[in-house]
Amino acid sequence: MNPNDQLQTSERFTTPKTRRDFLGLAAAWSAVGAFVMGMLGAMRLPMPSVFPESDTKVKLGKPQDFAAGSTTYFAPQRLWLYRDSSGFHAISSVCTHLGCIAERSEAGDFHCPCHGSRFDAVGAVTAGPAPKGLMWVELTVSPEGWLVADTLKETEPGKTLNA
Amino acid sequence: MPETQTSQPSPSEKKPVARHIGDDGAMRDFGRNLMDTPRSFRDSMIRHGKPTSDRARSQTVFTNFFLHVLPVRTHLHSIKLTTTFGLGVATLVLFIILCVTGVLLMVYYKPSVDQAYASMLDIIHVVPTGRLIRNVHRWSAHAMVFCVILHMARAFYTSAYKPPRQFNWVIGMALFAVTLGLSFTGYLLPWDQLAFWAVTIGANIAQSPQELTDAIGITQYFDPGRMQKELLLGAHYVGQEALIRFYVLHVMVLPIVTSILIAVHMWRIRKDGGFARPSAADMGVSDATPSMPATGGDSRGGESTGLLKTYGLMGLMKGKTPAVNLELRNTIMTWPNVMYVIGAVAMVTTLAMLLLGVLADAPLSEMANPAVPENPAKAPWYFLGLQELVSYSAFMGGVGIPAIVLLGLMLVPYLDREREDVGVWFSGREGRRIAVISAIFATIATVGMLAFTVRFGWLRNWEATARVPQIVITVLNPGTIFVALFAAWSVLVVRRKQSTRMGAIALFTCFLVSFAILTYFATVHRGPNWDFFWSQSDWPVH
Ligand code: HEM
Ligand code: FES
Repeated sequence: MNPNDQLQTSERFTTPKTRRDFLGLAAAWSAVGAFVMGMLGAMRLPMPSVFPESDTKVKLGKPQDFAAGSTTYFAPQRLWLYRDSSGFHAISSVCTHLGCIAERSEAGDFHCPCHGSRFDAVGAVTAGPAPKGLMWVELTVSPEGWLVADTLKETEPGKTLNA
Repeated sequence: MPETQTSQPSPSEKKPVARHIGDDGAMRDFGRNLMDTPRSFRDSMIRHGKPTSDRARSQTVFTNFFLHVLPVRTHLHSIKLTTTFGLGVATLVLFIILCVTGVLLMVYYKPSVDQAYASMLDIIHVVPTGRLIRNVHRWSAHAMVFCVILHMARAFYTSAYKPPRQFNWVIGMALFAVTLGLSFTGYLLPWDQLAFWAVTIGANIAQSPQELTDAIGITQYFDPGRMQKELLLGAHYVGQEALIRFYVLHVMVLPIVTSILIAVHMWRIRKDGGFARPSAADMGVSDATPSMPATGGDSRGGESTGLLKTYGLMGLMKGKTPAVNLELRNTIMTWPNVMYVIGAVAMVTTLAMLLLGVLADAPLSEMANPAVPENPAKAPWYFLGLQELVSYSAFMGGVGIPAIVLLGLMLVPYLDREREDVGVWFSGREGRRIAVISAIFATIATVGMLAFTVRFGWLRNWEATARVPQIVITVLNPGTIFVALFAAWSVLVVRRKQSTRMGAIALFTCFLVSFAILTYFATVHRGPNWDFFWSQSDWPVH
């Protein structure tokens, strides 16, 4: 620090502001404020409001296409569809850790190749760094009787659909 | 008056002739002007004679737009190899190589998910010199990150962050960040499997603050993680939107930001009085004139302002009293001496990159396939240390710890304000000792921790902790333990040595060594499923 700087600093705090100082500062700060607000407004542009994958609803098939006790994989949606005694449910195979695709073993549990997260047959975490279980995807039946999954809509684990 | 003109010996001293329309000899003048054009053109461009006198050499540096950031005379200490190891200049040269080769690649590259990979194949197999240019671009990118890290270490260990250079250190941190940003955005462009999955992982790291907001239960209302990911990808998954965004950042935004930052960085070096220089480098000069410190002393203490000369009007500014004759000692003319040094670093760097480009091909895996993850999906080497931490918990490993470390590094000049000699490696014998002990400490801590997790696993693998709440898993990353250990160690050093500089050396060394070991470990010993392997030859074959 230069002694001059210190002098100026202490002066800045002790001398009262004149009206001219005040107006000048007000002008400068409103210019800064306007600029910042303008930039923030412009920065709104890259935040998408419509997503390229906005239509994430897919028809999986008619309920009768899937035999009781069957599991079917839909690769483009990264989705496992299960039909068991209590109805249909669907589990996303996208790992909740960092987005790799967990593989489902013969035994029905999941294993992620990227950092070794493991999930049991209903998608609950059993090992590794994943912060939560695999996503259960919402299923609905369309008016025409199609089984529809929305890959971005989550439903609570254990909820099944009777169709 | 043609006679007087011809009698003049030097064309640069030729007086302009005021001719009038209708005078004789217009054709003769025209002929002479034509013959003289190359010379008079050069004289108009370079306004001084050949750099044969010191005066002309000064002007060469002073009046050239590109050279005027350099001082007219340079201190001998600044061009000693051990002062900088040429690392800053090498980084700058690599950045220029990257700009040139990058523009060449842009001629053929198409940023579209359908064509990007094919255009890479074209560049490699069809475009004349395409393979070489791509190789040079890729290896220079790696080398730039490498040199930036070494350059930062150099600036740290020689106390170059001390007054008046604090702010240039902060600008350096910004340069470090944009350099990593340039590499990361470039990584996606080939649109191969490695690119796709590394960026998928990267984008999800950006989303990982959700682990924290989920734990507090506010994700519904405030979700910075999702915002970051959507801003980066423009979508929920890596696709066309992400490719365009990364392309714009990589070829436009980040290069411009980097160029501006580099310009400010260079300018500040000059304004801060050149490179950090120990008082020993000016021995004799200041001893002889204790009452009138030589300008070399500008970098010595906290009071210095770095102004080299205070003649005339500049005397009104803060600075030292003029010490014209003394300052000439221990300095040499910048032109041509420093130009040789810079030229040599540039030649060696360029040659090394060319050789690498000829000898080794930059990798390109299969085309991106969103359905099948690459296994293992490894990021570029400088992110692998982080990837190792991320494999324990995403938020702490990928966001929390990097943020703490970057912030800590940035604040170093403001936390360690001890006024001791700058420009001395490790600040002397004691600092060197602290650095060695800290390196050993960090090696034991890091290797020990990695051996432990490989052998025994981490929280979720143990009976007692398998069901702990997620927030514990998120926060209790081995990396968190490193940070705590290293912080405790450096506090201990500060207390024992009563020196913040020694504490800073301890902390910086710990992080550098730990970073190096984590990087090595994840590069060599992590294989499919992120499992531990002694070597790649043990990897299971699918
Ligand atoms: C794109 C990245 C960078 C470029 C092109 C660059 C370039 C340079 C150059 C050419 C010098 C002159 C001295 C030398 O050759 O070593 C220099 C000095 C310096 N750099 Fe950098 N640099 C970069 C990044 C950084 C980083 C990451 C830091 C630290 C956080 C940093 C901190 C400094 C400091 C403090 C000095 C002054 C050194 C002294 O006075 O001795 N720079 N830089
Ligand atoms: S992405 Fe699945 S464990 Fe990391």
